[in-house]
Amino acid sequence: MAKVIIDNVEYEVPDGKNMLEVCLSLGMDLTYFCWHPAMHSVGACRQCAVIQYRDENDTRGKIVMSCMLDANDGTRISLKDQRGAEFRAGNIEALMINHPHDCPVCDEGGECHLQDMTVMSGHNYRRYRFNKRTHVNQDLGPFIYHEMNRCIQCYRCVRFYNDYAGGKDFGVFASSGRVYFGRSESGTLENEFSGNLVEICPTGVFTDKTLRKHYTRKWDLTSAPSICHQCSVGCNTLASERYGGLRRILSRYNGDVNGYFLCDRGRFGYEYVNDEKRLTKAAQKATADTDAFTTVKNLVASGTKMIGIGSPRASLESNFMLKQLVGEENFYQGIPRHEAQLTETAFNLLRTVGVKTPSLKEVESYDTVFILGEDVTNTAPMIALGLRQAAKNLPREEAYKLRIQKWNDAAIREVVQERTGPFYLATPCSTKLDEIATSKYYGDTDSLLSLSDKIIAAIAGRQGGNDEAWSFAGEVAQALKASKHPLIVSGTGMMSREILLAAAGIARALKAGGSDVGLTFAVPEVNSMGLALIGGKYWDEAVEYVAANKDVTAIVMETNPVYRFGAKQAESFLKNCGKVVMLDSLENESTEYADFVLPAGTFAESTGTVINNEGRAQRFYQVFAPKNEMKSSWAWLDMMAHNSEKWRHFDDIVEDMIAHYPILEKIRDLAPTADSRVGTQKIPRATHRFSGRTAMNANVSVHEPKPPVDEDTPLSYTMEGYHGKAPSKAIPYFWSPGWNSLQSINKYQIEVGGPLHGGNPGIRLIEPDGAEGGDFNASGNGRNAGKTFEVLPAHHIFGGDELSAKSAPLATRIPDTAVSVSTTALEKAGMAGADRLQINYNGDNLSFKIKIDNSLPDNVLMLPKGFNGTQGMLFPFFTDISKEGE
Amino acid sequence: MLSNVRTLWMVFLKMFKKKVTIQYPEKKAYLPPRWRGRIILSRDPDHNERCVACYLCAAACPVDCISLQATEDENGRRYPEFFRINFSRCIFCGLCEDACPTYAIQLTPDFEMGEYNRQNLVYEKEDLLIDGMGKYHGYSFYQQAGVAVGVKPKGGGEKEDPPVDVRTLLP
Amino acid sequence: MNEIWMQILVIVGVLLGTVTIAAGLIYVERKMLAVWQQRSGPNRVGPFGIFQVLADMVKIFFKEDWIPPFVDKKIFIIAPTIIMLSILMSFAIVPFAPGIVIADLNIGLLFFLAMSSLGAYTIVLAGWASNNKYSLLGGMRGAAQLISYEVFMGLSLMGVVIQVGSFNMTDIVNAQKGMWFVVPQFVGFVTFLIAGIAETHRLPFDLPESESELIAGFHSEYSGMKFGMFFVGEYLGITLVSCMITILFFGGWLGPSFLPPIVWFLIKMFAFILFFILLRASLARPRYDQLMGFGWKLLLPLTLLNVLITGAVVLSNA
Repeated sequence: MAKVIIDNVEYEVPDGKNMLEVCLSLGMDLTYFCWHPAMHSVGACRQCAVIQYRDENDTRGKIVMSCMLDANDGTRISLKDQRGAEFRAGNIEALMINHPHDCPVCDEGGECHLQDMTVMSGHNYRRYRFNKRTHVNQDLGPFIYHEMNRCIQCYRCVRFYNDYAGGKDFGVFASSGRVYFGRSESGTLENEFSGNLVEICPTGVFTDKTLRKHYTRKWDLTSAPSICHQCSVGCNTLASERYGGLRRILSRYNGDVNGYFLCDRGRFGYEYVNDEKRLTKAAQKATADTDAFTTVKNLVASGTKMIGIGSPRASLESNFMLKQLVGEENFYQGIPRHEAQLTETAFNLLRTVGVKTPSLKEVESYDTVFILGEDVTNTAPMIALGLRQAAKNLPREEAYKLRIQKWNDAAIREVVQERTGPFYLATPCSTKLDEIATSKYYGDTDSLLSLSDKIIAAIAGRQGGNDEAWSFAGEVAQALKASKHPLIVSGTGMMSREILLAAAGIARALKAGGSDVGLTFAVPEVNSMGLALIGGKYWDEAVEYVAANKDVTAIVMETNPVYRFGAKQAESFLKNCGKVVMLDSLENESTEYADFVLPAGTFAESTGTVINNEGRAQRFYQVFAPKNEMKSSWAWLDMMAHNSEKWRHFDDIVEDMIAHYPILEKIRDLAPTADSRVGTQKIPRATHRFSGRTAMNANVSVHEPKPPVDEDTPLSYTMEGYHGKAPSKAIPYFWSPGWNSLQSINKYQIEVGGPLHGGNPGIRLIEPDGAEGGDFNASGNGRNAGKTFEVLPAHHIFGGDELSAKSAPLATRIPDTAVSVSTTALEKAGMAGADRLQINYNGDNLSFKIKIDNSLPDNVLMLPKGFNGTQGMLFPFFTDISKEGE
Repeated sequence: MLSNVRTLWMVFLKMFKKKVTIQYPEKKAYLPPRWRGRIILSRDPDHNERCVACYLCAAACPVDCISLQATEDENGRRYPEFFRINFSRCIFCGLCEDACPTYAIQLTPDFEMGEYNRQNLVYEKEDLLIDGMGKYHGYSFYQQAGVAVGVKPKGGGEKEDPPVDVRTLLP
Repeated sequence: MNEIWMQILVIVGVLLGTVTIAAGLIYVERKMLAVWQQRSGPNRVGPFGIFQVLADMVKIFFKEDWIPPFVDKKIFIIAPTIIMLSILMSFAIVPFAPGIVIADLNIGLLFFLAMSSLGAYTIVLAGWASNNKYSLLGGMRGAAQLISYEVFMGLSLMGVVIQVGSFNMTDIVNAQKGMWFVVPQFVGFVTFLIAGIAETHRLPFDLPESESELIAGFHSEYSGMKFGMFFVGEYLGITLVSCMITILFFGGWLGPSFLPPIVWFLIKMFAFILFFILLRASLARPRYDQLMGFGWKLLLPLTLLNVLITGAVVLSNA
């Protein structure tokens, strides 16, 4: 601890901080631009100037930049000193010289850090009357809108995009007054984290293009704390609505999970919520009977034979209610046996390997990384972002040895340059993280498995041959053993249970050597872990059951059988069922087979709990009350189960679930109950400046309707309620007086960049329970049945997820379905130069466009998972290739 | 006490003064140009909608009776997709006009808006938009703003330099 | 027989006359307020807007008579009738002209004081029965105000009674043949005038209803003809107090004989009614504590002093 004196008041502050962090952590208002809590100080903008004094007798002091001033014992500064205030106001006036009069048409307006800081500095009258500098904008693709005139040259964007997120296609050009931030030429920003520029940029240079299509100011948005449903990481988001449509996703700070950032799939992949194909009311196929739901309820009450198909994209509560409704023995997971067993394995390994599973934030703290088989950039992008930070940890140590402070970003980067720490990859083909890898190894499933056996052997000190695999294994083993905090990353990406076991085996071997090793798995979907926890039979068994039994009523919840199991299998299943009740949010290929369709809410219209890849249960809240019949799946199912007009309260269902699953005991504390209040008030989803209340419905009727009441959560749908800082478990938006932008997060944290007041939300349910057992000797040799090629799934951040793929902004980023193959493999098959090839899957000949990837081993093909033409494929499988039509 | 008696006397004397009442509707009163009456949306000198859908009027409205949705044309020029004022709620305070950065929303010297059906007091953009510039002539927001959006070439507005050449490294 | 008919005629005449005057005051008040505020006042219905009275009456009779579900229903209905009854009863002792009086009681003045005290109930009960905090506040204010001002209302008249030596109204008028009591009893006149305004809770002493802070106070919840009764009750009160001032201090029907006595009476009475309206047009409402302080600390000692001096003068004359 250090004692610093700010405006003659002494404060105890932690060591290793700079004075800007200290001031902000103490809740003081100090202007800044270039400093960012995740990217630290460079001292570029000169906006956080304060007066520093030598001692109490020094009355003159000197102007210093607080972000570059170490918070040492005895540091004495003043924020209130008039000269400092004048400097800050003058500096902002200079920065604003070329800033255009754009606020009314600027999407940042109302949540602009530059606006906030200008007001805070006291510079409120522009004296500059001369010409302004202008820039030509670039088209940066479907996500980001570029308006370069507004730039104040804080350099945050390049520091994030290039240094933090590892982007290559963005930079800073020109010099002096002409500095330009953009690409070398117009074109789509390729990095997976480009969306964060929207939040990083203190003004409106980079704004959200998807929001622009249906622009709404921050103060008019009705927002709720949500969880991203687009992958298994479960990043915390703020989802916002206006006029019944979802308008945008922002990252919601969670110091344990995503911190300040989000990937582009999570940020821009929400548009399916507003899709025209949304199901809006309960419908019945044969007749236009409007009271379809009563018919469904009567069907359920009649005691018909029922089976339920659960889903890894539905919440715990929905899966639980379905299981309650149809009975334990009639509940099937909506995923094939192979995939279900994968997530079950991952789920069990997290408990039984006895190795710590780091949270996403903790991933950044490891210094040596080994990735086995997983293309994390595409399956769980935010883990990749964390790994990029982890890769810099060891090189940074050198900077610390030079007595450079941890917050001194510019100096550290000078020392580190392009170096990255021990970072090893063993994957089927090259991935984006290759660029920071120390060394990498490509192979099919079997060779990766034998590689991991070799690594385990090398860790144990055994020596092997001199081939490539052995030397790679030796290098990895040595680095892992030498590391203080090695991290093993794997996942279900290769759809191989053995790969998971092998990764666990390596972690176990390191643990046995006394290492503080971490093990992290990426799993397929948002609630894959939750579904594994709820359990149930497999899809394959459901298919057999309906084939053997007639007149079975199937309740298919948030599962699109055609997408997941392919048209052939889905069709036969759905036709074998007596009646099909489908609960889903979007009209899809399967809903036309359904006898009854009930509109389920997406994450925006429902409340629930999901469990992420590390076993963290997180609550997402309904964002708005839709003006149609959409509601949470559990609400539909509860009304069916009790043949009632109204569902039980959400908290009752959670209690019911806890009674059945004691492991979920802790989720009672996950979020405040519906009847909890701040003082006597609910937490409002709408801001206190929410506008248009008496006019937004006036086109329908001038008589204003009663606002909707939320009986399931502690939040209210309106602006009525407590407008102070919401408890950390239910923050619908970040705002603090004078801080309208997202930078107001500072005010919600115990210390900047640290946990939120009241603790980060989310509760870890799965911890290593010490019951160290299980067999990690994985070997899959001899499965290829004489076929030449193993076909592995290629994952793609855009398009690899069923729902987000239907979002219009992602459409241009989704590549065509193509099979990846290496040139040598094509040559061997005598097909050099071909542009299509044919493979055999389940007896069907399928033809695909060829995409050359020479990093692929000669016996591996890769097909994008979940794309047009590959839907329902069970990876991995083996095939021979041929020319089209042969 | 005496002042009360004086007041009584002075008020009594008012009996012999001329009446100030104007017999509306037979006689119309003079309304100054800045009278806060019926709200209109004006157009800029190029006859385009002045409103850029910045939502400031809606935010300023103390009774929340303005509701709009921004959209943009193919050039990115922003305008309101719909713009609705519920005059059954409006208190004619003029804060929307104060808040408007483009002189689009203006209050006019007209108050004769009585309706037998309240629903008719809900005015949509078609009802609000006038053909002229209203009280403020000659002002065009996009000539002052930094965005181009098809109104002008980049850097072609008032007090703007032409776009810089980012390929040069000369000081 | 003739006398009985005469009596019935007087009763009916007084009843109709007073109620008509009260109703007509609706128009008079609006018109006079307008005159003193340089406005036109009602001028649309009939010549000079004279039929505005009829329009207002038609309106108030046809308005929905809404009884809110939360009120104490019986008391809520009874309350507005009390004021009408008590004031109409008071008119029984008013001698409009020689022989035109319903009951020439010996204790006429006491009867008037007794009846006017009953008026307090209407406010208290209406305020209480409305079951509304503003109404209750209005009722409480009304009770305190009426009781306070009643004390010296009675006392201010005692000077007159001492001089006349009778409570009989006709006697009091006749005693003024030489000189109107306004001269010897000027202090009594002023205090009675003020107390009279307070008793009828007219502006500027309308604290029980005070629009601006209590949103109509004790009659917030009243509508239709029940509200109308409060309204008419107030005008009847004004008429009654004007009659009493005329009788007690301005010689009642006495006047030069070129006009019949009843006309003299009406002229004097209307002059005071107009004065009441002028008060409304010009004075602002005092604060509640100012009202109470004014009553107890200034007017009460003043009336006591008046009674004392009058007594002393009468004794010394005797």
